[in-house]
Amino acid sequence: MKNLVILGAGTSGTMMANHLVSKLEKKEWRIHIVDQYKTHYYQPGFLFLPFDIYTKEQVQKEGKKFIPRGVNYIQQKIEKIDANNELVELENGTLSYDILIIATGSKIAPNEVEGMLSKEWRKTIFDFYTYEGALALRNKLREFKEGKLVVHITEMPIKCPVAPLEFAFLADSYFKKKKVRDKIEITYVTPLSGAFTKEFCSKSLGYLLEDKNIKLVTDFAIERVDFANTKIVDYVDNEVTYDLLVTVPTNMGDEVIERSSLGDDLNFVPTHPNTLQSLENENIFVIGDATNVPASKAGSVAHFQAETLTDNILLYINNKPLKEEFDGHANCFIETGNNKALLIDFNYEQEPVTGTFPFAKIGPLQLLKESVFNHWGKLAFRWIYWNMLLKGIKIPFVSRNMSLSGKNINK
Amino acid sequence: MIKTIKKVDIHVNDEGYLTDFSQWTKEIGEEIAKEYEIEMTDKHWEVINWIQEQVKTNKALSIRGIKKSGVIDIKQFYALFPGGPLKVSTKIAGVPKPKSCI
Ligand SMILES: Cc1cc2nc3c(=O)[nH]c(=O)nc-3n(C[C@H](O)[C@H](O)[C@H](O)COP(=O)(O)OP(=O)(O)OC[C@H]3O[C@@H](n4cnc5c(N)ncnc54)[C@H](O)[C@@H]3O)c2cc1C
Repeated sequence: MKNLVILGAGTSGTMMANHLVSKLEKKEWRIHIVDQYKTHYYQPGFLFLPFDIYTKEQVQKEGKKFIPRGVNYIQQKIEKIDANNELVELENGTLSYDILIIATGSKIAPNEVEGMLSKEWRKTIFDFYTYEGALALRNKLREFKEGKLVVHITEMPIKCPVAPLEFAFLADSYFKKKKVRDKIEITYVTPLSGAFTKEFCSKSLGYLLEDKNIKLVTDFAIERVDFANTKIVDYVDNEVTYDLLVTVPTNMGDEVIERSSLGDDLNFVPTHPNTLQSLENENIFVIGDATNVPASKAGSVAHFQAETLTDNILLYINNKPLKEEFDGHANCFIETGNNKALLIDFNYEQEPVTGTFPFAKIGPLQLLKESVFNHWGKLAFRWIYWNMLLKGIKIPFVSRNMSLSGKNINK
Repeated sequence: MIKTIKKVDIHVNDEGYLTDFSQWTKEIGEEIAKEYEIEMTDKHWEVINWIQEQVKTNKALSIRGIKKSGVIDIKQFYALFPGGPLKVSTKIAGVPKPKSCI
């Protein structure tokens, strides 16, 4: 009997378990999946929780429910990966593997910036990238009636890179609805040179910030949070003061990657961008936020990766060359507030452009343009996530590789 | 796009980054630096060499990477290349602008 071990039962790990269970020969392979937590969170929902758009219950379910029968689910902390001996050390015991899939994701590391994880953490300084953070922020926002809200990105890469911008847009709508918008100043602070991480978007969507009266501070590389004087300070002593700081701290891979000496500076695992095989060990594959590939760290990306990776695991088992297939395809809805959203579809090479999706001319979704229909798409994503994505069911009409159909390429 | 620096035609993209590193010389670096009112010193060149080395070995460039470079700390980096230090220094070094992934 051979062992395929999946580390992490988040979006990517759960999808891989569902894909592989029906494809691996049961007499030959045993699939194990390990995660430390009982709860599977719908992380995209953390954007909506602070604004009372989603409830606590809507963003969490028991993780085990999504692991198919026939897969050995182990709820334990992973201590170390011993790649030389093909072993995984758990809190209690060890697992040996023939093939390993690392899907341990990424998480915030607020201790990377001086003064961030201070006594003001979750009092005037918040994150919304964790369940606890989003919930604490919800309670804070319910009370917040005037002052300076600063929405801030510490450094790239972060998962779902548009989420902080969406947060700023939703905050604008939220405060308007509560009729306190005129007493609240919203500032968006980014280390990049534009509000959007892709240049073309920055150019064509710059108007959104102006329309919503959101101030923009770019090229801001934070050095420290001066929590005593409620301001953030960058390396050239620029300062932005806040009453409420909503920051996206540095995102890093799990410490287990560091303990196992398998990662880069940020504990992301060096991975082949097209095959998803780790660069160091041929029987280790990496998927989702845990990789260092230059694609978005997003659930939709993990979904496209899972299809390629499933094929590649089977090719690997049969001693065939791997497909260099994954193209960095990402498909993200961007909430712009007032029940509207944008949709962007892009890959390693192709920047987001205007057009229709998934069908040329017909749409029904509009690329790079605000619409109410796109907003429904974003909200429908929660249902798709729990009922299709995690189960590895193909999303109709959306293929793993990006399609040029419907896109206005001649920009 | 073609840009002429010291009578030499250089291939650059629409943001002014060299598209062919083999055309790079120290002199060209110096001229690009002047556009940002930077007078190159030994310390500047040390950073530029380090950046070129990183790119050659396919390592991603980031502000965080600078911290661990052993060549310079972030504060000095900003002091040497005011504005966006990573954008400016890579342009002078003749390497592609670091990609920030969405
Ligand atoms: C605020 C926010 C909004 C987002 N919005 C969107 C969106 O609109 N669309 C979209 O596509 N994506 C969105 N995302 C991104 C998406 O949630 C992630 O990209 C996706 O969940 C990544 O899946 P993953 O399996 O790689 O990592 P995760 O889902 O984070 O799973 C990693 C798992 O590994 C486990 N693990 C890690 N280390 C250990 C250890 N040492 N021992 C045991 N278990 C361990 C963790 O417990 C976790 O369950 C958003 C994310 C956030 C935070």
